[in-house]
Amino acid sequence: MEQRRALAIEARGLVKVFGTNRAVDGVDLAVPVGRIYALLGPNGAGKTTIINMLTTLLKPDGGSAQVFHHDVLRETQVVRQLISVTGQSAAVDEKLSGHENLTVFAMLLGFGRAEANRRATELLDEFGLTEAANLTLEKYSGGMRRRLDLACSMIVQAPLIFLDEPTTGLDPRTRLQMWDIIRRLVSTGSTIVLTTQYLDEADQLADRVAVIDHGKIVAEDTPRNLKAAIGRVTLRMQLANERDVGEAARITEQVLDTRASVPEPQQVTAPLTNSEKVTDLLIALREANIRLASVSMQEPTLDEAFLALTGGTKPTEGTVRR
Amino acid sequence: MTAQITPGDERILRNRVSLRMTISNSLTMAYRNLLLIRRTPQQLFDVTLQPILFTVMFTFLFGGAISGSVQGYLPIIIPGILAQTALTACITTGVQLREDMDKGVFYRFKSMPIARIAPLTGPLLADILRYSIATALTFVMGYLLGFRWASLGGAVLGGLLVVFAAWCISWIFALLGVVAPTSQVAQGISSAILFPLTFLSGAFVPTNTLPGWLQDFVNVNPLTYIVSAVRQLFNQGAIGTDFWLSIAGSVAVVAVFVPLTLMAYMRKA
Repeated sequence: MEQRRALAIEARGLVKVFGTNRAVDGVDLAVPVGRIYALLGPNGAGKTTIINMLTTLLKPDGGSAQVFHHDVLRETQVVRQLISVTGQSAAVDEKLSGHENLTVFAMLLGFGRAEANRRATELLDEFGLTEAANLTLEKYSGGMRRRLDLACSMIVQAPLIFLDEPTTGLDPRTRLQMWDIIRRLVSTGSTIVLTTQYLDEADQLADRVAVIDHGKIVAEDTPRNLKAAIGRVTLRMQLANERDVGEAARITEQVLDTRASVPEPQQVTAPLTNSEKVTDLLIALREANIRLASVSMQEPTLDEAFLALTGGTKPTEGTVRR
Repeated sequence: MTAQITPGDERILRNRVSLRMTISNSLTMAYRNLLLIRRTPQQLFDVTLQPILFTVMFTFLFGGAISGSVQGYLPIIIPGILAQTALTACITTGVQLREDMDKGVFYRFKSMPIARIAPLTGPLLADILRYSIATALTFVMGYLLGFRWASLGGAVLGGLLVVFAAWCISWIFALLGVVAPTSQVAQGISSAILFPLTFLSGAFVPTNTLPGWLQDFVNVNPLTYIVSAVRQLFNQGAIGTDFWLSIAGSVAVVAVFVPLTLMAYMRKA
């Protein structure tokens, strides 16, 4: 069913090289219409470069991409009419007020002066910036600036909306507001592509997630399937003695039937799909005479997720290898 | 925001930007630059202080030496200062363009469905205001020092010629601004061009006092023609050959540098 849905983005073999660095190294994407698609990866993975190519800001060195079946290289002006982009750093005029920023952008999109004014006032209200309407952005806080930046991208609701790390640096409350906005945009017909460094954000919002590392997609699936591969939570055990670490990791892998890592000399972590198995593990460790200083469970970090998804292709220090 | 938007693949869109849209986008960009000037009026320092300072300074400094008296020098120096301040204002056009292009807001301009050249043409349109301020202030200073024009029509036409020529020449500095890696580099190169161009012309001294080789240079310097055209307009109220040569030269600059600047800008944008 997913296959037959119309595509908002179709990309094949996208490549971008900066000097000797293959920032994007053969990326295929198929983003279904009316969905939220997340690009998940650490800093420098190539997420922003992918976005820049899809939004006509950067010419690919290889491959092709279509937005609603329009080629991003040949039909740039059509593509630009179908998208809106909100980047990581606010793309607004620092020296102008919030109202002036919105008015200018609205006029560029074809609004008359009066219409543009009205739309600016409307959006300031919607994004809770009415009181700061006439202050120059130099007086805005980081959060206010991001909201204005987003408001500027919403002057006309585009069918395809790119949000590059929309919640980075936001406080938890504003982050939830942002999630609401994103869901509302989808419910009214837009398709969203967002990048994030947070696993839980991709999980909460996205219908599909592409995990990106070193310019490549290392996994692409629904959040549900990805989570199954990663494990819902990570078990973290602090050992009393450093010399036990190898043995503890071995037992952990055996009992939990998964991959364990050693992020610190006295620490063993492993993804956990079935929490009941923790009991078995603790018993097994006691039988082997391995003493624990502490045991905790937490959401997996992005590093752990990569390890699980790539099957260890991204070796980190202390990783246990078979 | 409950109504559904038109789905992306049902929209009929054109890949070309119409001329009307290009003009409309450029005017909006010019409006943006006027807003920026209103928010930071310090931007106008160069076109306000310089005409006032230079007119007074040069008149009293060179007046006696060159023309025997301050009064006698005014008909020579006022058109000269006029052209010089307008040209200096052109430098700022290029430098500010460079600074603007490095700002985050350009990221948005590039991804918007607008005419690609609007972020370039807008500021250049808005800068007509700067040249006009520089020209008007030089007029006022000249008048206060005792300069009188032959006819008001000639004076106004002379002022318009300077503003027009400055706008045309500003495309040279716009190109420098676009290709320069930083605004400091743009500033440096522009100044290196500007100084010989203004001083090695008929702007401040009668050209027949110069050595032959320098006269050759002065005679091909476009500024010489602009200055003498303005002098004729101010002092005789007449349109001479130099007026038409200035217009032709300015148009030639536009014909060469607008495509060059656009090409360089598109490559970077």
